[in-house]
Amino acid sequence: MTISSDPKQVKQICFDNINVPDMNTLAVAQKHGAYTFLSTVLKEFSPSKIIDEMKTSGLRGRGGAGFPTGLKWSFVPRNTGKPTYLLCNADEGEPGTFKDRDIMRFDPHLLIEGMIMAGFALDVKDAYIYVRGEFVHEVNVMNAAIKEAYAANLLGENILGSDYSMNLTVHRGAGAYVCGEETALIESLEGKPGRPRFKPPFPAIEGFYGCPTVVNNVETLATVPAILELGGAWHAAIGIPNNAGCKIFSVSGHVNKPGNYEVPMGTSLKTLIEDYCGGLQHGTVPKVIIPGGSSTPWLLGEHYDTPLTYDDLMKAGSFLGSGAIIVMDETADLVAFTRRLTHFYAHESCGQCTPCREGTGWLERVITRVENGQGTQEDVIVLGDAATHMAGRTICALAEGAAAPVLSLLKHFPEDVQACLGENA
Amino acid sequence: MSTDAVSSQEVRFSDERLSEIAELVKRYPGAQSALMPVLYMAQEDFGYISMDAQKMIAEVLGLRLMKVREVVTFYTMFKEQPTGKYLLEVCTNAGCMLNGADELVAHMCETLGIKQGETTADGLFTIAEVECAGACAGAPVVQVNNTYHEKVTAADMDALITRVRDGGAA
Repeated sequence: MTISSDPKQVKQICFDNINVPDMNTLAVAQKHGAYTFLSTVLKEFSPSKIIDEMKTSGLRGRGGAGFPTGLKWSFVPRNTGKPTYLLCNADEGEPGTFKDRDIMRFDPHLLIEGMIMAGFALDVKDAYIYVRGEFVHEVNVMNAAIKEAYAANLLGENILGSDYSMNLTVHRGAGAYVCGEETALIESLEGKPGRPRFKPPFPAIEGFYGCPTVVNNVETLATVPAILELGGAWHAAIGIPNNAGCKIFSVSGHVNKPGNYEVPMGTSLKTLIEDYCGGLQHGTVPKVIIPGGSSTPWLLGEHYDTPLTYDDLMKAGSFLGSGAIIVMDETADLVAFTRRLTHFYAHESCGQCTPCREGTGWLERVITRVENGQGTQEDVIVLGDAATHMAGRTICALAEGAAAPVLSLLKHFPEDVQACLGENA
Repeated sequence: MSTDAVSSQEVRFSDERLSEIAELVKRYPGAQSALMPVLYMAQEDFGYISMDAQKMIAEVLGLRLMKVREVVTFYTMFKEQPTGKYLLEVCTNAGCMLNGADELVAHMCETLGIKQGETTADGLFTIAEVECAGACAGAPVVQVNNTYHEKVTAADMDALITRVRDGGAA
């Protein structure tokens, strides 16, 4: 590990070696500290000590929900007589999110090491990485890294001479956004359509093939090696209390240097966009900032100084989500943008819950009419009603995600909608 | 040869594929988990996943045909119809839309003389609009078969189309 042991000095964790050439190869990864602490963990740490360190670390799930990772692990029952499974969610599909791709293609061994440590803590024999189907290159890089890890006895039987054995398999999705929802991911990994399950039971109790299952995001698992080597307390001291650590933000849209930037939690939106992303393409204050992926409510220019934490973004009326920040300047056509997102959600609805299956279609049809100048005041009311009545009435959160951009548009930019209405208005 | 004329006897995995599948099945608690990877194999070997291929896969994995059908039809990346030799998938979702993806699709459609979702008469190109490719820093993104092309301009696509038409690689 080459990260500073002084939490005040830490600027990034997962991306510490992201720019090292050939970091995807085992030789280079090991030169930069990969797997150096693994043997100590497997031989000297107990599973309960690992879970305690994870709890102390304050790490919250980086996939979107922000649930404390240590707590999630502690829910897994022991000695059930059934195997426990570890699934890495690499189905990165939330519009605006593209961080896990970089970890997988540039530093795959960091993810593998995190999964071995997590697997050891949870007594997992078989672990899987579910990668979105389009990421063919990333799947190939991961598979090559896994092959090298097996050859070096970092995976398979008796890892590094310890009593612990674990298999790791990469599984490709096939173009279904909803499979990023953890129970849909489990269904998909069982070879079925990715339709989310009712919860409870939660996957920790009854997941993959009815067995205890932990589903963690790529970035979450890639943070585990640093936490175990440098300590939970070290991680907890980075960032802001209750919002510990660093976070990768995927910034896209109207900025000059879009990209992935890992920064300590609590860095402001403005600092991220101006100091890291080269500022806006036009103007000085964004018109809209979507802070956590397309499913999160919009923030406005007045929120530009908001610190990037789970708590501050929630206070501002949105969510940190997966850290996918979509920035729009004055040139954005917000009605067209929203219409495009309604099309996305209508296309991706799995169809099992009526409010979502029907509602997403209604949103798309009505807003398309509005955009084309054929809308009426009644259409505007229907949009708001449909969006409001979808949220909270379905098995998973896809419907809420579909409603978010529509409700944000109606709330913050009613004049943009009115400007589109035709003579029937 | 019309693809419809291929009988189920002819849609067969090679022996190498079958042993690969036998190994794959062992990696999962249940054989059905191997369905998606096996569908990808079929798509790679046969170009698309015909009904005959689906029947054959159901047999190989010991699944009812309906189990195969519902997966093939649920996921957009499994193709039941042949596509062009080069599948040009343009992301037109949020980040790409804000960076000219709609204009790019319009340009490509005009250049190739086809609509979104169609294939050129020579069977070389299919244009498809797709959902977020997860590479928004490279907007607009075009996936050409298995390869991502980022920050793609109309000129880039023109050059690619010319290259392929001249017998080169994409």
